[in-house]
Amino acid sequence: MLLADTLGPSWNIITDIQELWSFPFMVNAFRAGSVIAVAAAVMGWFMVLRKQTFAGHTLAVVGFPGAAGATLIGVGAAYGYFAFCVVAALVIAAIPRGGQGDYGHESAATGTIQAFALACGFLFIALYKGFLNGVNALLFGTFLGITDDQVLVLLGVTTVVLVVMAALGRPLLFASIDPTVAAARGVPVRALSVMFLVLLGAAVAEASQITGTLLVFALLVMPAATAQTLTARPALSLALSVAIALAVTWLGLGAAYYSVYPIGFFVTTIAFIPYALAQLVRRGQRVRHRRTQLAGSSA
Amino acid sequence: MTVLDALGHPFFANAMLAGTGIAAACGLVGYFLVLRAQIFTGDALSHVAFTGALAALAFGLDPRIGLFAATIAIAVLMGTLGRKGVADDVVIGNIFAWILGLGVFFLTVYTTSRSTANGSAGVTVLFGSIFGISSNDAVTAAVVGATVCVLTVALARPLLFATLDPAVAAARGVPVRLLGLGFLALVGACTAEATQAVGALLLLGLLAAPAGAASRLTTRPYRALGLSVVLAVADMWAGLGLSYAVPMLPPSFAIVAVAAGVFAVVLAGSAARGRTRTAVA
Repeated sequence: MLLADTLGPSWNIITDIQELWSFPFMVNAFRAGSVIAVAAAVMGWFMVLRKQTFAGHTLAVVGFPGAAGATLIGVGAAYGYFAFCVVAALVIAAIPRGGQGDYGHESAATGTIQAFALACGFLFIALYKGFLNGVNALLFGTFLGITDDQVLVLLGVTTVVLVVMAALGRPLLFASIDPTVAAARGVPVRALSVMFLVLLGAAVAEASQITGTLLVFALLVMPAATAQTLTARPALSLALSVAIALAVTWLGLGAAYYSVYPIGFFVTTIAFIPYALAQLVRRGQRVRHRRTQLAGSSA
Repeated sequence: MTVLDALGHPFFANAMLAGTGIAAACGLVGYFLVLRAQIFTGDALSHVAFTGALAALAFGLDPRIGLFAATIAIAVLMGTLGRKGVADDVVIGNIFAWILGLGVFFLTVYTTSRSTANGSAGVTVLFGSIFGISSNDAVTAAVVGATVCVLTVALARPLLFATLDPAVAAARGVPVRLLGLGFLALVGACTAEATQAVGALLLLGLLAAPAGAASRLTTRPYRALGLSVVLAVADMWAGLGLSYAVPMLPPSFAIVAVAAGVFAVVLAGSAARGRTRTAVA
């Protein structure tokens, strides 16, 4: 309901931004949102490349019992997010993996972990008997009341994640695109995959604090999938993914400020539009390509 | 406390009736999801169920209409997006992330626009309330569960063929793509049904855990299919009983916890035997 009934955007970008940033809480929301968007876009890009969307989604929702459990025992929710997401990353990494055909079994285990984690979150809430708005904020996110300290913590985590990713990036790219050849060339494929899941857990844990555990997945998967649809060149598409995530977060924050609807709705919808357009364009190109091929072969 | 005692309470008898139908359907459908490596699709549909229910509530309809319409429509859509009726995980992820965002929108519409709105509707849809199910709804749930079971069993043979070797099945005239779509529609119906019992977020446990355990225990498809149903129903009964005995534990938690526990024991057992399992698929 916040301010929305009294104020609307003036549609003059400069005045609107000046107005948004005249509130310290909005400044902090933009700072935290930007930091999160960069981490989520980079980690999400590798997640999409490695086709680990299900593992990523499971890590994303595991933050919910973490935060609920932390609230129950009376410590900061941030500790719960990080503890649960990183532990879950290690558990998922420990699931024995077979050959190609074993994906079904592996995903059954991942799915069970996810459902059990969410069930624990529900139990913690039932035990806490707290007010229900808290649940919705945990699940669907809130950008209000982010403190300077939180922004610093988020910045610290993102810096660590990005530095480690900068070191791991090349071998991880190799291991993701062709694990067999990478292993033959002495790249520690398995260790890299564990490291990647832990980093993904950390990135998800920080992003969940603002987008909520159910919607953090959108920030991971959508910019990355859009970027990878648009270009096949790794560096370019990674940069594009970060740019899209930043744009989506800023627009989402702006839209959420001026309306009664939650930020999660705006972030997911704004992120989905470029993805849907990119997919349509590519499908159109493929059909045209096939037609020209057919025409060429019949001529 | 005896079992008969518990069954004497109408709420518990209703929960058992609805739960058995739902669990049996989840066990059957879940086994094919595991075999076809489509658990993520089940995960996605469970989130779609949330949006469907909230959209119906926001428009003032019965949430069940929204549940079934949304899950079945999106299930078929996901099937048509991929070749052979199986969609790419990244495509699924993008679609359901957005649909979940829409769900949040409908939740806000519902809670802010309707004066009679139940503030905890969102939480109920997400986590279920099987002990609150009425006797009419319980009968409906059992009937829908049984229908899903019958249809899945009817499709079982060709579906198994199409799952294990799609190329040969297609060559033998099995409509692989159509079967894939029909199966997804069944998954959608099953998801919509299970949402009422354990909630949109937890039904993945009922789809994945018994089926995962069954496929670890035996590699023979029909035996695994039966085992998956038995495990799912047993998990459901044990969970309901546990929640009745320990009121502190919500039923949805108890059911999923039992299912996850059984799966963990089976995993540990098969790891301990050190048997090299030949993958079914």
